[in-house]
Amino acid sequence: MAWFKRQDKGILTKTEDKKEVPDGLWYKTPSGSIIHMRELKNNSYVCPDDDYHVRIGSKEYFEILFDNNKFTELDPDLSSGDPLKFADTKKYPDRINATQKKSGLKDAVRSATGKMNGIDLVVACMDFSFIGGSMGSVVGEKIARAIDYSLKNKIPFLMISKSGGARMMEAGFSLMQMAKTSAKLALLSEAKIPYISLLTDPTTGGVTASYAMLGDFNIAEPGALIGFAGPRVIRETIGKDLPKGFQSAEFVLEHGFLDFIVDRRQLKSRLTMLLKMLD
Amino acid sequence: MLLDFEKPISELESKLADMKELAQSSDVNVSDAVTQLEKKILKLKKETFTNLTRWQRVQLSRHPDRPYTLDYIYEMTSDFIELHGDRTVKDDKAMVGGFGTIGSETVMFIGQQKGRSTKQRQMRNFGMANPEGYRKALRLMKMAEKFNKPIVTLIDTPGAFPGLEAEERGQGEAIARNLKEMTMLKVPVICIIIGEGASGGALGIAIGDKVFMMENTWYSVISPESCSSILWRSWDYKEQAAEALKLTADDMLKNKLIDGIIKEPLGGAHTDLNKTSSELKKVILKEIKALSSKSPEERINDRIEKFSSMGAYK
Repeated sequence: MAWFKRQDKGILTKTEDKKEVPDGLWYKTPSGSIIHMRELKNNSYVCPDDDYHVRIGSKEYFEILFDNNKFTELDPDLSSGDPLKFADTKKYPDRINATQKKSGLKDAVRSATGKMNGIDLVVACMDFSFIGGSMGSVVGEKIARAIDYSLKNKIPFLMISKSGGARMMEAGFSLMQMAKTSAKLALLSEAKIPYISLLTDPTTGGVTASYAMLGDFNIAEPGALIGFAGPRVIRETIGKDLPKGFQSAEFVLEHGFLDFIVDRRQLKSRLTMLLKMLD
Repeated sequence: MLLDFEKPISELESKLADMKELAQSSDVNVSDAVTQLEKKILKLKKETFTNLTRWQRVQLSRHPDRPYTLDYIYEMTSDFIELHGDRTVKDDKAMVGGFGTIGSETVMFIGQQKGRSTKQRQMRNFGMANPEGYRKALRLMKMAEKFNKPIVTLIDTPGAFPGLEAEERGQGEAIARNLKEMTMLKVPVICIIIGEGASGGALGIAIGDKVFMMENTWYSVISPESCSSILWRSWDYKEQAAEALKLTADDMLKNKLIDGIIKEPLGGAHTDLNKTSSELKKVILKEIKALSSKSPEERINDRIEKFSSMGAYK
């Protein structure tokens, strides 16, 4: 008697049902390094071979910064209206709904308060996966309220920017969020509460031209694209190719608009050190 | 130069001129016909200009004959001294400013400046300021604050300049700083969109106690052309984009994103600079008077409150 008996004749498993290595178990960086996702996570989502900083969202940044990943989220339910009844190839509310379902996020920023190495901190962090991290009313309002919370409780404010700029579907409303957030930051500044602005890949457009550049400390992650106009627009305007490294964090540091560049693996300790000095 | 929808009116107007000339050179009595034609022209003008599409407003805001910042300043002031330079890099010719006397008030005027001839357009960089332009504007605002003079900004720009040097010198930082600093200015600040109000480049000098738009202007986060190219991936949807963006003075007032609209003569600002300027002057003097009755703290609080309440969410 055979020790193994075939129950069914032929191989019946459909191709799509075959068990393979699940998607997303390995990550490949632009320079070709391959790393296991778990190792990447343990390394603050930085590839140890080439120091590539993988784009991450608010969930990951909160995990990296807050002690034991413990924090209280502020205004978690704020969600977008449709003041202009905007429609391009899709209706704006449909676009919002679809993106909310896909991303599990309400909008392109989340704000929270908690402790970082025992220091109280308010963090607002943008999510690029939500319509390119674009800034509409919800983003502006949540940041404004996070700053209000900082003001009221005298807690330092950290803004993590990651955005393509304004949200076109909110047109004039989107533009005025630049004014709103800058006005709130002026109050924070008057109150002498520290504001750290961390610029991550990418930070462009109206976000650069408002809160992202207004930190007492403007800091950035290595290699992040940082600029006002996007590279394509500039190339078209000047009709020339752009120099290598143009608009990288290192370029912006060299031109005097950043205080320092910080490796994400040292982010928490550097921020802690800085805030302790100000205490 | 004439826009498409101006042509039928212009044709009738030249017909009227011909008719009047004929009446002078001969004995034919045409007074009835003249009155008829004049009525017809007025009717057509009213029809055309009260039913403008959003795209047509955009076209009017860019009309080649439209008055620019310095035209208004020279028209409204009895004296004007232009002040130059940001004290760091250079004098940005796309951003002008200086003290002027309007009525009995000394006011700091600041605004983007476009050029009319090809050479001037180049010199003015099409009204697209570099970072040094925004820093020059801020320097002048701080000076106005120091000498306790109200500030009037006139906004007319297709955007902040998206160039290589602009990025090197921190276009984003320059605009951001203005937004923050203008919030806290102790003197009255009145901002008026006189032509194009494109995005951060416009907002960079548009944080004020009162923000007005002239009737045939636009103010939004992006131009209809760029919006079309990004959302429809083609330049051909600019009319739809203009409709979708709700960028006219009426739209912006309805959404409470501006404080008021300044009327233009029938046919647009370019048809009567004198009349338009005196309307502008009237509004400026009235607002300065009203704002001056408040304390600096009150004005700053109201300013912050106003911009903080802008937004639509649930």
